[in-house]
Amino acid sequence: MQREAKLIQGNQAIAEGAIYAGARFFAGYPITPSSEIAEECSRVMPRIGGVYMQMEDEIASMGAIVGASLTGAKSFTATSGPGFSLMQENLGFAVMAEVPCVVVNVQRSGPSTGLATKPAQSDIMQVRWGRHGDQAVIALSPSSVMECFTLTVEAFNLAERFRVPVILAADEIVAHMRENFTLPAPGEVKVFDRKKPSVNPDSYKPFEPGEDGIAPLAAYGSEYVFHVTSSMHGPEGFSNNSPANAAWKVAQLHKKIERYRDEIVITKTFDVEDMDVLLIAFGAVTRAARAAALEARKEGIKAGVLQLVTVWPFPDREIAELGKKAKTVVVPEMNYSGQVAGEVTRVLGPATDIRRVNKYNGQIITPGDILEEIKRGAKEVL
Amino acid sequence: MKDRYEIILAGSGGQGLIVCGMMLGEAAILEGKNVVQTQSYGIASRGGFSKAEVIIDKEEIIYQQVIKPDMVLALTEEAMEIYASGYSDIPVFYDTTLLEAREGDNLYGFPFTEMARNLGHTGTANMIALGAMSAVTGLVKVASLESVIKKRFSGKVADMNIMALCSGVDLIAK
Repeated sequence: MQREAKLIQGNQAIAEGAIYAGARFFAGYPITPSSEIAEECSRVMPRIGGVYMQMEDEIASMGAIVGASLTGAKSFTATSGPGFSLMQENLGFAVMAEVPCVVVNVQRSGPSTGLATKPAQSDIMQVRWGRHGDQAVIALSPSSVMECFTLTVEAFNLAERFRVPVILAADEIVAHMRENFTLPAPGEVKVFDRKKPSVNPDSYKPFEPGEDGIAPLAAYGSEYVFHVTSSMHGPEGFSNNSPANAAWKVAQLHKKIERYRDEIVITKTFDVEDMDVLLIAFGAVTRAARAAALEARKEGIKAGVLQLVTVWPFPDREIAELGKKAKTVVVPEMNYSGQVAGEVTRVLGPATDIRRVNKYNGQIITPGDILEEIKRGAKEVL
Repeated sequence: MKDRYEIILAGSGGQGLIVCGMMLGEAAILEGKNVVQTQSYGIASRGGFSKAEVIIDKEEIIYQQVIKPDMVLALTEEAMEIYASGYSDIPVFYDTTLLEAREGDNLYGFPFTEMARNLGHTGTANMIALGAMSAVTGLVKVASLESVIKKRFSGKVADMNIMALCSGVDLIAK
Protein backbone atom coordinates (compact mmCIF):
# COMPACT_ATOMS: atom_id res chain seq x y z
CA MET A 1 0.00 0.00 0.00
CA GLN A 2 1.32 3.43 -0.92
CA ARG A 3 1.61 5.50 2.26
CA GLU A 4 -0.18 8.74 1.79
CA ALA A 5 1.32 12.18 2.42
CA LYS A 6 -0.81 14.25 4.74
CA LEU A 7 -0.67 17.83 5.98
CA ILE A 8 -0.21 17.57 9.71
CA GLN A 9 0.84 19.79 12.57
CA GLY A 10 4.05 19.39 14.57
CA ASN A 11 2.04 18.65 17.70
CA GLN A 12 0.16 15.88 15.88
CA ALA A 13 3.45 14.47 14.62
CA ILE A 14 4.72 14.39 18.21
CA ALA A 15 1.64 12.39 19.27
CA GLU A 16 2.06 10.10 16.23
CA GLY A 17 5.74 9.65 17.07
CA ALA A 18 4.95 8.71 20.66
CA ILE A 19 2.39 6.16 19.56
CA TYR A 20 4.75 4.77 16.91
CA ALA A 21 7.43 4.42 19.62
CA GLY A 22 5.00 2.37 21.67
CA ALA A 23 3.71 4.96 24.14
CA ARG A 24 0.39 3.84 25.55
CA PHE A 25 0.02 6.21 28.48
CA PHE A 26 -0.44 9.96 28.34
CA ALA A 27 -1.26 12.08 31.35
CA GLY A 28 -1.42 15.83 31.03
CA TYR A 29 -3.04 19.16 31.55
CA PRO A 30 -3.57 20.89 28.20
CA ILE A 31 -1.76 24.20 27.73
CA THR A 32 -1.12 26.36 24.69
CA PRO A 33 0.87 25.77 22.52
CA SER A 34 1.03 22.04 23.32
CA SER A 35 -2.70 21.28 23.65
CA GLU A 36 -3.05 19.47 20.32
CA ILE A 37 -0.79 16.70 21.67
CA ALA A 38 -3.22 16.03 24.52
CA GLU A 39 -6.13 16.37 22.10
CA GLU A 40 -4.68 13.80 19.70
CA CYS A 41 -3.87 11.40 22.56
CA SER A 42 -7.37 11.73 24.00
CA ARG A 43 -8.71 10.67 20.61
CA VAL A 44 -6.24 7.92 19.73
CA MET A 45 -5.07 6.34 23.00
CA PRO A 46 -8.40 4.74 23.98
CA ARG A 47 -8.73 3.25 20.47
CA ILE A 48 -5.38 1.45 20.63
CA GLY A 49 -5.62 0.10 24.14
CA GLY A 50 -3.76 3.02 25.65
CA VAL A 51 -4.69 5.45 28.39
CA TYR A 52 -5.35 9.18 28.20
CA MET A 53 -5.60 10.80 31.61
CA GLN A 54 -6.61 14.42 31.99
CA MET A 55 -4.97 15.45 35.28
CA GLU A 56 -5.74 18.26 37.69
CA ASP A 57 -2.39 19.94 37.02
CA GLU A 58 1.11 19.39 35.71
CA ILE A 59 2.50 18.22 39.04
CA ALA A 60 0.07 15.31 38.97
CA SER A 61 0.66 14.73 35.25
CA MET A 62 4.36 14.18 35.80
CA GLY A 63 3.66 11.95 38.79
CA ALA A 64 1.23 9.88 36.74
CA ILE A 65 3.65 9.22 33.90
CA VAL A 66 6.39 8.20 36.34
CA GLY A 67 3.99 5.74 37.96
CA ALA A 68 2.78 4.41 34.63
CA SER A 69 6.32 3.89 33.40
CA LEU A 70 7.19 1.88 36.50
CA THR A 71 4.37 -0.50 35.62
CA GLY A 72 6.10 -1.09 32.29
CA ALA A 73 4.23 1.35 30.04
CA LYS A 74 5.97 3.81 27.78
CA SER A 75 4.54 7.07 29.09
CA PHE A 76 4.71 10.75 28.32
CA THR A 77 3.26 14.17 28.93
CA ALA A 78 3.24 17.45 27.02
CA THR A 79 3.21 20.98 28.31
CA SER A 80 4.60 24.49 27.95
CA GLY A 81 6.59 26.85 30.21
CA PRO A 82 4.22 27.31 33.16
CA GLY A 83 3.42 23.59 33.25
CA PHE A 84 7.04 22.61 32.70
CA SER A 85 7.96 24.64 35.79
CA LEU A 86 5.41 22.68 37.83
CA MET A 87 6.81 19.39 36.54
CA GLN A 88 10.35 19.97 37.76
CA GLU A 89 9.98 18.29 41.15
CA ASN A 90 8.63 15.02 39.79
CA LEU A 91 10.96 15.23 36.81
CA GLY A 92 13.78 15.21 39.34
CA PHE A 93 12.16 12.15 40.89
CA ALA A 94 12.29 10.42 37.50
CA VAL A 95 15.98 11.30 37.19
CA MET A 96 16.82 9.96 40.65
CA ALA A 97 14.63 6.86 40.39
CA GLU A 98 15.85 6.26 36.82
CA VAL A 99 12.36 6.10 35.33
CA PRO A 100 12.17 6.24 31.52
CA CYS A 101 9.61 8.76 30.26
CA VAL A 102 9.28 11.62 27.79
CA VAL A 103 8.32 15.20 28.58
CA VAL A 104 7.42 17.46 25.68
CA ASN A 105 7.96 21.14 26.43
CA VAL A 106 6.59 23.28 23.61
CA GLN A 107 8.36 26.52 24.44
CA ARG A 108 6.39 29.74 24.45
CA SER A 109 7.28 33.27 25.41
CA GLY A 110 7.76 33.87 29.15
CA PRO A 111 8.61 34.47 31.96
CA SER A 112 5.61 33.04 33.79
CA THR A 113 2.48 32.89 31.63
CA GLY A 114 4.09 35.42 29.25
CA LEU A 115 2.76 35.44 25.71
CA ALA A 116 0.74 32.23 25.65
CA THR A 117 0.48 31.86 21.87
CA LYS A 118 3.92 33.13 20.88
CA PRO A 119 7.15 31.20 20.37
CA ALA A 120 10.40 31.31 22.35
CA GLN A 121 13.52 29.24 22.95
CA SER A 122 14.05 30.52 26.44
CA ASP A 123 13.71 27.28 28.45
CA ILE A 124 16.99 25.75 27.29
CA MET A 125 18.69 26.31 30.64
CA GLN A 126 15.56 25.29 32.54
CA VAL A 127 15.54 22.04 30.57
CA ARG A 128 19.13 21.49 31.71
CA TRP A 129 19.05 22.81 35.27
CA GLY A 130 15.39 23.23 36.21
CA ARG A 131 15.58 20.70 39.00
CA HIS A 132 17.76 20.83 42.08
CA GLY A 133 20.57 18.36 42.43
CA ASP A 134 23.35 17.17 40.20
CA GLN A 135 22.26 15.26 37.14
CA ALA A 136 22.73 14.69 33.44
CA VAL A 137 19.80 15.22 31.10
CA ILE A 138 18.93 14.47 27.48
CA ALA A 139 16.99 17.00 25.41
CA LEU A 140 16.22 17.10 21.68
CA SER A 141 14.86 20.00 19.64
CA PRO A 142 12.94 19.52 16.35
CA SER A 143 12.97 21.98 13.42
CA SER A 144 10.27 20.45 11.23
CA VAL A 145 7.10 18.40 11.40
CA MET A 146 9.02 15.30 10.29
CA GLU A 147 11.60 15.88 13.04
CA CYS A 148 8.75 16.29 15.53
CA PHE A 149 7.93 12.68 14.67
CA THR A 150 11.43 11.20 14.39
CA LEU A 151 12.80 12.97 17.47
CA THR A 152 9.82 11.89 19.57
CA VAL A 153 10.57 8.29 18.61
CA GLU A 154 14.24 8.96 19.40
CA ALA A 155 13.30 10.54 22.75
CA PHE A 156 11.47 7.35 23.74
CA ASN A 157 14.35 5.21 22.53
CA LEU A 158 16.88 7.16 24.60
CA ALA A 159 14.58 7.18 27.64
CA GLU A 160 14.11 3.41 27.42
CA ARG A 161 17.79 2.70 26.77
CA PHE A 162 19.23 4.82 29.53
CA ARG A 163 16.40 4.82 32.09
CA VAL A 164 16.09 8.60 32.02
CA PRO A 165 13.42 11.19 31.40
CA VAL A 166 14.05 12.74 27.98
CA ILE A 167 12.82 16.23 27.17
CA LEU A 168 11.62 17.15 23.71
CA ALA A 169 12.31 20.89 23.69
CA ALA A 170 10.06 21.96 20.83
CA ASP A 171 8.89 25.51 20.19
CA GLU A 172 5.56 27.06 19.24
CA ILE A 173 6.68 27.43 15.62
CA VAL A 174 7.28 23.75 14.86
CA ALA A 175 4.44 22.68 17.14
CA HIS A 176 1.82 24.67 15.25
CA MET A 177 3.35 24.42 11.80
CA ARG A 178 1.81 22.04 9.27
CA GLU A 179 3.91 20.25 6.65
CA ASN A 180 3.78 17.24 4.37
CA PHE A 181 4.08 14.14 6.49
CA THR A 182 4.12 10.48 5.57
CA LEU A 183 3.83 8.12 8.51
CA PRO A 184 6.73 5.64 8.35
CA ALA A 185 5.73 1.99 8.10
CA PRO A 186 6.07 -0.10 11.25
CA GLY A 187 9.72 -1.15 11.52
CA GLU A 188 10.95 1.64 9.26
CA VAL A 189 12.11 3.69 12.25
CA LYS A 190 13.95 1.79 14.98
CA VAL A 191 12.06 1.39 18.26
CA PHE A 192 13.87 0.42 21.44
CA ASP A 193 12.26 -1.24 24.46
CA ARG A 194 13.75 -1.10 27.95
CA LYS A 195 15.95 -3.93 29.14
CA LYS A 196 14.10 -6.22 31.56
CA PRO A 197 15.70 -8.34 34.27
CA SER A 198 16.43 -11.99 33.51
CA VAL A 199 17.59 -12.93 37.01
CA ASN A 200 15.55 -14.72 39.65
CA PRO A 201 13.09 -12.23 41.23
CA ASP A 202 14.71 -12.79 44.62
CA SER A 203 18.08 -11.57 43.44
CA TYR A 204 16.85 -8.62 41.33
CA LYS A 205 18.56 -5.32 42.14
CA PRO A 206 16.63 -2.54 40.35
CA PHE A 207 19.50 -0.04 40.38
CA GLU A 208 22.48 -2.27 39.76
CA PRO A 209 23.93 -1.49 36.34
CA GLY A 210 24.77 -4.33 34.02
CA GLU A 211 27.95 -4.44 31.94
CA ASP A 212 26.39 -1.88 29.63
CA GLY A 213 26.13 0.57 32.55
CA ILE A 214 22.34 0.44 32.68
CA ALA A 215 20.21 -1.36 35.28
CA PRO A 216 17.42 -3.54 33.88
CA LEU A 217 13.95 -2.31 34.87
CA ALA A 218 11.20 -4.70 35.96
CA ALA A 219 7.53 -3.73 35.92
CA TYR A 220 5.43 -3.13 39.00
CA GLY A 221 2.82 -5.83 39.16
CA SER A 222 5.16 -8.49 37.78
CA GLU A 223 6.86 -11.20 39.86
CA TYR A 224 9.64 -8.69 40.56
CA VAL A 225 8.86 -6.76 43.73
CA PHE A 226 11.07 -3.75 44.27
CA HIS A 227 11.35 -0.47 46.10
CA VAL A 228 11.69 2.94 44.45
CA THR A 229 12.58 6.07 46.38
CA SER A 230 13.63 9.59 45.49
CA SER A 231 16.04 9.60 48.42
CA MET A 232 19.57 8.33 48.09
CA HIS A 233 19.45 4.58 47.51
CA GLY A 234 21.73 1.68 46.82
CA PRO A 235 21.61 -0.85 43.96
CA GLU A 236 18.83 -2.80 45.72
CA GLY A 237 16.62 0.32 45.88
CA PHE A 238 16.62 0.86 49.62
CA SER A 239 17.74 3.96 51.45
CA ASN A 240 21.51 4.23 51.78
CA ASN A 241 23.07 7.44 53.03
CA SER A 242 26.71 6.40 53.10
CA PRO A 243 29.12 8.79 51.37
CA ALA A 244 30.43 5.96 49.23
CA ASN A 245 26.95 5.08 48.02
CA ALA A 246 25.98 8.72 47.38
CA ALA A 247 29.14 9.20 45.32
CA TRP A 248 28.42 6.05 43.34
CA LYS A 249 24.77 6.97 42.67
CA VAL A 250 25.37 10.58 41.59
CA ALA A 251 28.23 9.45 39.35
CA GLN A 252 26.05 6.68 37.92
CA LEU A 253 23.36 9.20 36.91
CA HIS A 254 26.01 11.03 34.89
CA LYS A 255 28.12 8.14 33.66
CA LYS A 256 25.31 6.24 31.97
CA ILE A 257 24.81 9.28 29.71
CA GLU A 258 28.50 10.23 29.31
CA ARG A 259 29.43 6.72 28.21
CA TYR A 260 27.00 6.85 25.29
CA ARG A 261 27.44 10.54 24.55
CA ASP A 262 28.35 9.97 20.89
CA GLU A 263 25.17 8.01 20.28
CA ILE A 264 23.02 10.58 22.07
CA VAL A 265 24.38 13.74 20.48
CA ILE A 266 22.83 14.31 17.06
CA THR A 267 23.75 17.26 14.86
CA LYS A 268 23.17 18.14 11.23
CA THR A 269 25.30 20.31 9.00
CA PHE A 270 24.48 22.35 5.91
CA ASP A 271 27.20 23.73 3.62
CA VAL A 272 29.96 23.75 6.24
CA GLU A 273 32.77 22.30 4.10
CA ASP A 274 34.16 25.61 2.92
CA MET A 275 32.47 28.02 5.33
CA ASP A 276 33.94 31.14 6.89
CA VAL A 277 30.79 31.98 8.84
CA LEU A 278 29.30 29.26 11.03
CA LEU A 279 25.69 29.60 12.12
CA ILE A 280 24.74 27.48 15.13
CA ALA A 281 21.00 27.04 15.49
CA PHE A 282 18.41 24.70 16.97
CA GLY A 283 14.65 24.19 16.75
CA ALA A 284 12.61 26.15 14.23
CA VAL A 285 15.25 28.89 14.02
CA THR A 286 17.46 26.40 12.14
CA ARG A 287 15.27 27.11 9.13
CA ALA A 288 15.84 30.86 9.23
CA ALA A 289 19.57 30.18 9.68
CA ARG A 290 19.67 27.89 6.64
CA ALA A 291 17.80 30.45 4.53
CA ALA A 292 20.15 33.21 5.74
CA ALA A 293 23.23 31.10 4.91
CA LEU A 294 21.95 30.53 1.37
CA GLU A 295 21.31 34.27 0.96
CA ALA A 296 24.79 35.05 2.28
CA ARG A 297 26.32 32.69 -0.29
CA LYS A 298 24.49 34.56 -3.05
CA GLU A 299 26.32 37.64 -1.81
CA GLY A 300 29.68 35.89 -1.80
CA ILE A 301 29.92 35.12 1.93
CA LYS A 302 30.58 31.46 2.62
CA ALA A 303 28.18 30.59 5.40
CA GLY A 304 27.21 27.16 6.75
CA VAL A 305 24.87 25.89 9.44
CA LEU A 306 25.31 23.50 12.35
CA GLN A 307 21.94 22.35 13.69
CA LEU A 308 21.94 21.17 17.29
CA VAL A 309 19.34 18.41 17.13
CA THR A 310 20.44 17.27 20.57
CA VAL A 311 20.73 20.31 22.82
CA TRP A 312 21.66 18.34 25.98
CA PRO A 313 24.19 16.84 26.39
CA PHE A 314 25.61 19.93 24.69
CA PRO A 315 27.36 19.11 21.38
CA ASP A 316 30.72 20.45 22.59
CA ARG A 317 32.89 18.36 20.29
CA GLU A 318 30.90 19.06 17.14
CA ILE A 319 30.91 22.78 17.88
CA ALA A 320 34.62 22.81 18.72
CA GLU A 321 35.52 21.00 15.52
CA LEU A 322 33.57 23.30 13.21
CA GLY A 323 34.16 26.40 15.31
CA LYS A 324 37.91 26.25 14.83
CA LYS A 325 37.45 26.31 11.06
CA ALA A 326 35.13 29.34 11.15
CA LYS A 327 36.27 32.95 11.17
CA THR A 328 33.10 34.06 12.88
CA VAL A 329 30.23 32.24 14.58
CA VAL A 330 26.64 33.49 14.70
CA VAL A 331 24.14 32.07 17.19
CA PRO A 332 20.51 33.07 16.58
CA GLU A 333 18.01 32.13 19.29
CA MET A 334 14.65 33.31 20.56
CA ASN A 335 15.71 34.49 24.00
CA TYR A 336 17.38 37.59 25.47
CA SER A 337 20.22 36.04 27.39
CA GLY A 338 21.78 33.89 24.68
CA GLN A 339 21.33 30.61 26.53
CA VAL A 340 22.95 28.57 23.77
CA ALA A 341 25.38 31.33 22.72
CA GLY A 342 26.77 31.26 26.26
CA GLU A 343 27.45 27.53 25.94
CA VAL A 344 29.02 28.07 22.52
CA THR A 345 31.32 30.67 24.12
CA ARG A 346 32.22 28.19 26.86
CA VAL A 347 33.19 25.65 24.18
CA LEU A 348 35.01 27.93 21.73
CA GLY A 349 36.58 30.28 24.24
CA PRO A 350 36.43 34.05 24.59
CA ALA A 351 38.94 34.61 21.78
CA THR A 352 36.50 33.35 19.15
CA ASP A 353 34.37 35.92 17.35
CA ILE A 354 30.89 34.89 18.49
CA ARG A 355 27.88 36.98 17.50
CA ARG A 356 24.42 36.76 18.93
CA VAL A 357 21.09 37.31 17.24
CA ASN A 358 18.36 37.38 19.88
CA LYS A 359 14.65 38.00 19.61
CA TYR A 360 12.47 37.93 22.70
CA ASN A 361 9.28 39.76 21.71
CA GLY A 362 7.26 36.73 20.65
CA GLN A 363 8.15 37.34 17.00
CA ILE A 364 10.00 34.84 14.84
CA ILE A 365 13.66 35.33 13.91
CA THR A 366 13.79 35.93 10.16
CA PRO A 367 16.54 35.11 7.66
CA GLY A 368 16.93 38.89 7.31
CA ASP A 369 17.71 39.29 11.02
CA ILE A 370 20.47 36.69 10.75
CA LEU A 371 21.79 37.89 7.39
CA GLU A 372 22.34 41.33 8.83
CA GLU A 373 24.65 39.89 11.51
CA ILE A 374 26.41 37.65 8.96
CA LYS A 375 27.19 40.69 6.84
CA ARG A 376 28.37 42.69 9.84
CA GLY A 377 30.60 39.77 10.83
CA ALA A 378 31.94 39.39 7.29
CA LYS A 379 32.78 43.09 7.17
CA GLU A 380 34.53 43.13 10.52
CA VAL A 381 36.32 39.79 10.50
CA LEU A 382 36.72 38.39 6.97
CA MET B 1 1.31 27.94 -12.58
CA LYS B 2 4.42 29.07 -10.75
CA ASP B 3 6.87 26.78 -8.92
CA ARG B 4 6.38 28.58 -5.63
CA TYR B 5 3.55 30.50 -4.02
CA GLU B 6 3.53 32.41 -0.74
CA ILE B 7 0.03 33.20 0.48
CA ILE B 8 -1.31 35.23 3.40
CA LEU B 9 -4.87 34.70 4.66
CA ALA B 10 -5.70 37.25 7.34
CA GLY B 11 -8.71 38.37 9.30
CA SER B 12 -10.18 37.51 12.64
CA GLY B 13 -10.60 34.32 14.65
CA GLY B 14 -13.69 32.33 13.65
CA GLN B 15 -13.58 33.25 9.96
CA GLY B 16 -12.07 29.91 9.07
CA LEU B 17 -8.78 31.25 7.78
CA ILE B 18 -6.62 28.54 9.30
CA VAL B 19 -8.94 25.81 7.97
CA CYS B 20 -8.82 27.59 4.63
CA GLY B 21 -5.00 27.48 4.73
CA MET B 22 -5.04 23.82 5.67
CA MET B 23 -7.41 22.89 2.84
CA LEU B 24 -5.35 24.85 0.35
CA GLY B 25 -2.25 23.04 1.62
CA GLU B 26 -3.94 19.65 1.39
CA ALA B 27 -4.97 20.38 -2.19
CA ALA B 28 -1.38 21.28 -3.08
CA ILE B 29 -0.13 18.03 -1.54
CA LEU B 30 -2.58 16.14 -3.76
CA GLU B 31 -0.81 17.81 -6.67
CA GLY B 32 2.56 16.55 -5.42
CA LYS B 33 3.81 19.78 -3.90
CA ASN B 34 5.59 20.58 -0.66
CA VAL B 35 3.59 22.69 1.73
CA VAL B 36 4.24 24.62 4.91
CA GLN B 37 1.28 26.18 6.67
CA THR B 38 1.76 28.39 9.71
CA GLN B 39 -0.55 30.46 11.80
CA SER B 40 -0.42 33.36 14.14
CA TYR B 41 -3.10 34.33 16.58
CA GLY B 42 -3.66 35.92 19.94
CA ILE B 43 -5.14 34.50 23.11
CA ALA B 44 -8.76 35.07 22.00
CA SER B 45 -10.05 32.22 19.85
CA ARG B 46 -12.98 34.19 18.46
CA GLY B 47 -12.88 37.76 17.23
CA GLY B 48 -9.16 38.32 17.82
CA PHE B 49 -6.62 38.81 15.07
CA SER B 50 -5.84 35.67 13.10
CA LYS B 51 -3.52 34.92 10.21
CA ALA B 52 -2.67 31.80 8.26
CA GLU B 53 0.28 31.54 5.92
CA VAL B 54 0.72 28.92 3.24
CA ILE B 55 3.84 28.27 1.17
CA ILE B 56 3.58 25.87 -1.75
CA ASP B 57 6.73 24.81 -3.56
CA LYS B 58 8.01 22.11 -5.90
CA GLU B 59 11.26 22.11 -3.90
CA GLU B 60 12.06 21.89 -0.19
CA ILE B 61 10.68 24.83 1.79
CA ILE B 62 13.48 26.01 4.07
CA TYR B 63 12.24 29.13 5.86
CA GLN B 64 8.70 28.47 7.00
CA GLN B 65 7.23 31.97 6.91
CA VAL B 66 6.03 34.14 4.04
CA ILE B 67 8.59 36.82 3.19
CA LYS B 68 6.98 38.33 0.10
CA PRO B 69 3.42 37.20 -0.56
CA ASP B 70 2.24 36.28 -4.05
CA MET B 71 -1.34 36.89 -2.97
CA VAL B 72 -3.28 38.06 0.05
CA LEU B 73 -6.79 37.41 1.33
CA ALA B 74 -7.99 40.04 3.80
CA LEU B 75 -11.24 39.58 5.69
CA THR B 76 -10.99 42.56 8.06
CA GLU B 77 -9.95 46.20 7.65
CA GLU B 78 -7.03 45.58 10.02
CA ALA B 79 -5.80 42.63 7.93
CA MET B 80 -6.08 44.75 4.77
CA GLU B 81 -4.09 47.56 6.40
CA ILE B 82 -1.30 45.30 7.67
CA TYR B 83 -0.89 42.79 4.87
CA ALA B 84 -2.22 44.27 1.68
CA SER B 85 -1.90 48.05 1.68
CA GLY B 86 1.76 47.96 0.61
CA TYR B 87 1.23 45.90 -2.52
CA SER B 88 0.04 46.94 -5.95
CA ASP B 89 1.69 44.13 -7.92
CA ILE B 90 0.05 41.05 -6.38
CA PRO B 91 -3.60 39.99 -6.35
CA VAL B 92 -5.31 41.04 -3.13
CA PHE B 93 -8.69 39.53 -2.37
CA TYR B 94 -10.98 41.14 0.17
CA ASP B 95 -14.52 40.90 1.41
CA THR B 96 -16.73 43.83 0.45
CA THR B 97 -19.38 42.71 2.97
CA LEU B 98 -16.94 43.49 5.78
CA LEU B 99 -14.53 46.01 4.27
CA GLU B 100 -14.98 49.26 2.42
CA ALA B 101 -14.64 48.85 -1.34
CA ARG B 102 -11.45 50.29 -2.82
CA GLU B 103 -10.02 50.89 -6.30
CA GLY B 104 -6.96 49.18 -7.74
CA ASP B 105 -6.05 46.93 -10.66
CA ASN B 106 -4.73 44.27 -8.31
CA LEU B 107 -7.74 44.33 -5.98
CA TYR B 108 -10.43 41.66 -6.10
CA GLY B 109 -13.25 42.75 -3.82
CA PHE B 110 -16.25 40.45 -3.59
CA PRO B 111 -19.03 40.10 -1.01
CA PHE B 112 -17.79 36.68 0.19
CA THR B 113 -19.68 36.78 3.48
CA GLU B 114 -22.96 37.96 1.94
CA MET B 115 -22.71 35.28 -0.76
CA ALA B 116 -22.06 32.68 1.94
CA ARG B 117 -25.08 33.86 3.90
CA ASN B 118 -27.21 33.51 0.75
CA LEU B 119 -25.87 29.97 0.29
CA GLY B 120 -27.09 29.17 3.80
CA HIS B 121 -23.99 29.47 5.99
CA THR B 122 -21.61 32.41 6.54
CA GLY B 123 -18.95 29.84 7.46
CA THR B 124 -18.50 29.03 3.77
CA ALA B 125 -17.13 32.51 2.94
CA ASN B 126 -13.62 31.09 3.17
CA MET B 127 -14.40 28.49 0.48
CA ILE B 128 -15.86 31.13 -1.83
CA ALA B 129 -12.69 33.18 -1.40
CA LEU B 130 -10.52 30.12 -2.02
CA GLY B 131 -12.46 29.42 -5.24
CA ALA B 132 -11.90 32.98 -6.45
CA MET B 133 -8.20 32.93 -5.54
CA SER B 134 -7.59 29.66 -7.34
CA ALA B 135 -9.47 30.84 -10.41
CA VAL B 136 -7.43 34.05 -10.68
CA THR B 137 -4.00 32.60 -9.95
CA GLY B 138 -4.09 28.90 -10.89
CA LEU B 139 -2.72 28.23 -7.42
CA VAL B 140 -4.27 24.77 -7.20
CA LYS B 141 -6.81 22.97 -9.35
CA VAL B 142 -10.45 23.37 -8.36
CA ALA B 143 -10.76 19.58 -8.60
CA SER B 144 -8.06 19.18 -5.95
CA LEU B 145 -9.96 21.50 -3.61
CA GLU B 146 -13.14 19.50 -4.27
CA SER B 147 -11.35 16.28 -3.29
CA VAL B 148 -10.13 17.92 -0.09
CA ILE B 149 -13.65 19.11 0.78
CA LYS B 150 -15.02 15.61 0.19
CA LYS B 151 -12.36 14.12 2.46
CA ARG B 152 -13.00 16.58 5.25
CA PHE B 153 -16.79 16.83 5.10
CA SER B 154 -19.63 14.56 4.15
CA GLY B 155 -23.26 14.86 3.03
CA LYS B 156 -24.89 18.28 2.96
CA VAL B 157 -21.90 20.04 4.52
CA ALA B 158 -19.65 18.78 1.73
CA ASP B 159 -22.23 19.80 -0.89
CA MET B 160 -22.56 23.28 0.58
CA ASN B 161 -18.79 23.79 0.65
CA ILE B 162 -18.42 22.61 -2.94
CA MET B 163 -21.22 24.94 -3.95
CA ALA B 164 -19.40 27.78 -2.17
CA LEU B 165 -16.11 26.88 -3.86
CA CYS B 166 -17.75 26.82 -7.30
CA SER B 167 -19.53 30.12 -6.74
CA GLY B 168 -16.13 31.62 -5.92
CA VAL B 169 -14.69 30.22 -9.15
CA ASP B 170 -17.69 31.61 -11.06
CA LEU B 171 -17.00 35.12 -9.76
CA ILE B 172 -13.85 35.12 -11.87
CA ALA B 173 -15.06 33.05 -14.83
CA LYS B 174 -17.94 35.46 -15.44
